Amino acid sequence: MKFLVCISKAPDTTTKIAFTDNNTKFNNDKVVFIVNPYDEWYALVRALELKEKLGGTVTVINVGAADTDAIIRKALAIGADDAVRIDAEPGDAMFVAKQIAEYVKANAYDIVLCGKETIDYNGSEVGGMIAGLLDWGYVSLASSLELNGNTATLNREIAGGHETVEVNIPFVLSAAKGMAEARIPNMRGIMAARTKPVAIVAAVASENYTSIISYELPKEKTGVKLVSADNVGELVSLLHNEAKVI
Amino acid sequence: MPVLVFAESANGTFKKSNFEAVSYGARVAAQLNTEAYVIDFENMSGDVLKSLGEYGATKVYRVASDALKNFDAGLYAKVLNDVAQKLNATTVIFAFNYSGKAIAPVLAAKMNAGYVAGAIDIPVMEGNTIKIRKNVFSGKAIAMYAIHSENKIIALTPNTVAPVKTENKCSVENLEIAINATDSKVKVKEVVKASGKITLSDADIVVSAGRGLKGPENWGMVEEMANILGAATACSRPVADIHWRPHEEHVGQTGLTVRPNLYIALGISGAIQHLAGVNGSKVIVVINKDPEAPFFKAADYGIVGDVFEVVPKLNEAFKKFKAGA
Repeated sequence: MKFLVCISKAPDTTTKIAFTDNNTKFNNDKVVFIVNPYDEWYALVRALELKEKLGGTVTVINVGAADTDAIIRKALAIGADDAVRIDAEPGDAMFVAKQIAEYVKANAYDIVLCGKETIDYNGSEVGGMIAGLLDWGYVSLASSLELNGNTATLNREIAGGHETVEVNIPFVLSAAKGMAEARIPNMRGIMAARTKPVAIVAAVASENYTSIISYELPKEKTGVKLVSADNVGELVSLLHNEAKVI
Repeated sequence: MPVLVFAESANGTFKKSNFEAVSYGARVAAQLNTEAYVIDFENMSGDVLKSLGEYGATKVYRVASDALKNFDAGLYAKVLNDVAQKLNATTVIFAFNYSGKAIAPVLAAKMNAGYVAGAIDIPVMEGNTIKIRKNVFSGKAIAMYAIHSENKIIALTPNTVAPVKTENKCSVENLEIAINATDSKVKVKEVVKASGKITLSDADIVVSAGRGLKGPENWGMVEEMANILGAATACSRPVADIHWRPHEEHVGQTGLTVRPNLYIALGISGAIQHLAGVNGSKVIVVINKDPEAPFFKAADYGIVGDVFEVVPKLNEAFKKFKAGA
């Protein structure tokens, strides 16, 4: 089985978000970038678990400039066999999806795994777009993945529960919490990652359909109104009369 | 060129997120000097479908096929693409919920459409460009997006733009679309829904608890508060990670993002990752014994006190209020 895991660079979850250039650019000064958690913890680790059980290869793919090398090495240290970097500044989700779909067309893979969303732009887009471009089946928000021959069984999150679905390879999934447990790379993995192959592939021409014009920070709360622990009735009355939420 | 709104019911009835999407579609259509049409794949009764007209849709098109009884994002996107072509539509609206997240990106690829996933307000038109705001960095910031392409898809974040009821009436028509069952690649084998529980992502009120509860055996009072208020229950990440609560309840940057009218946090310190998942809530109440807990800075109301003392008293007060209301 040939697994292709899409990984994205994302600011560490503790990052304080700020902008520059008149609020038109994300301020990445001193920001620590990580592998997007959904891509790493769930998509990559589940692909590795299945490879260890059933055989095959796990390739990670990233659309990014040379500054994404650190996160690619991290994915290799966790256990991916090799990596592909499409050499381009990632544009919008469709730009990224087109790069990956073109690479998949030229190189046979059985399952393409994405995280359910990136923690920076939160779109839940790239996986579905790759599936649409390739005309492959798409299972979104998958919380489990089992393989039996060429048929996969997955649980997928739906409103108020989950459903179990079956799909034949090839297909695309987006991985949600529950699919696997995060792995911490060991020293051997980190050493091995240095010599694992990373193919640098030129991007295909593609336009961006969307762009970000400006950013803003959410309105700050005006200050908490504290109620005494001995007078919880006052809280009930504030929620009813002032906030009007109960 | 009409605006299409994809409507998906919950067991045969429409909910707030559907009305929001229809109303939003009607307002987008008005800006484009056109009409909003709803697309139904569930072969629902005319009366139920007509309820959507009250939110501004002028027509509902029913696409009926046995193949559509099986939810497959790829097939749904293919059929919606055919519908858009047949009706000469270039703009499609979804609710940014489980189904919207599944179908919209596939449709974006099929339609070559620019897609804004998770809009939080009404768009502004500038010629053929649509500008819309959406949350980014998991709620830590907001970005203004522009869609430049001819075809456009917008998924609306639930509970952000209130639906507007109008005097409008709509007609219901069947639309014939050739559907090839073999185009369906994903087969649903089993659907498991927690019965009677309020869905976290749709809840108006969420009662959430964290490590301050000290153990899973202490969740009774959390569930009691949720029952009294008609709320859904949620939890912080550590609590889900140590399996005190199911991971479906985990709210935060790497869990679910919620935007209820009221979010009550019990014994949660309010780490930046947790706040990212809840800071779209209209009103936040924090109960924590540590007055320095960062959550108080993001709260509207707070009680500094031990949850084991405050929550039972508060439950009694809520009960009394509900009995009198």
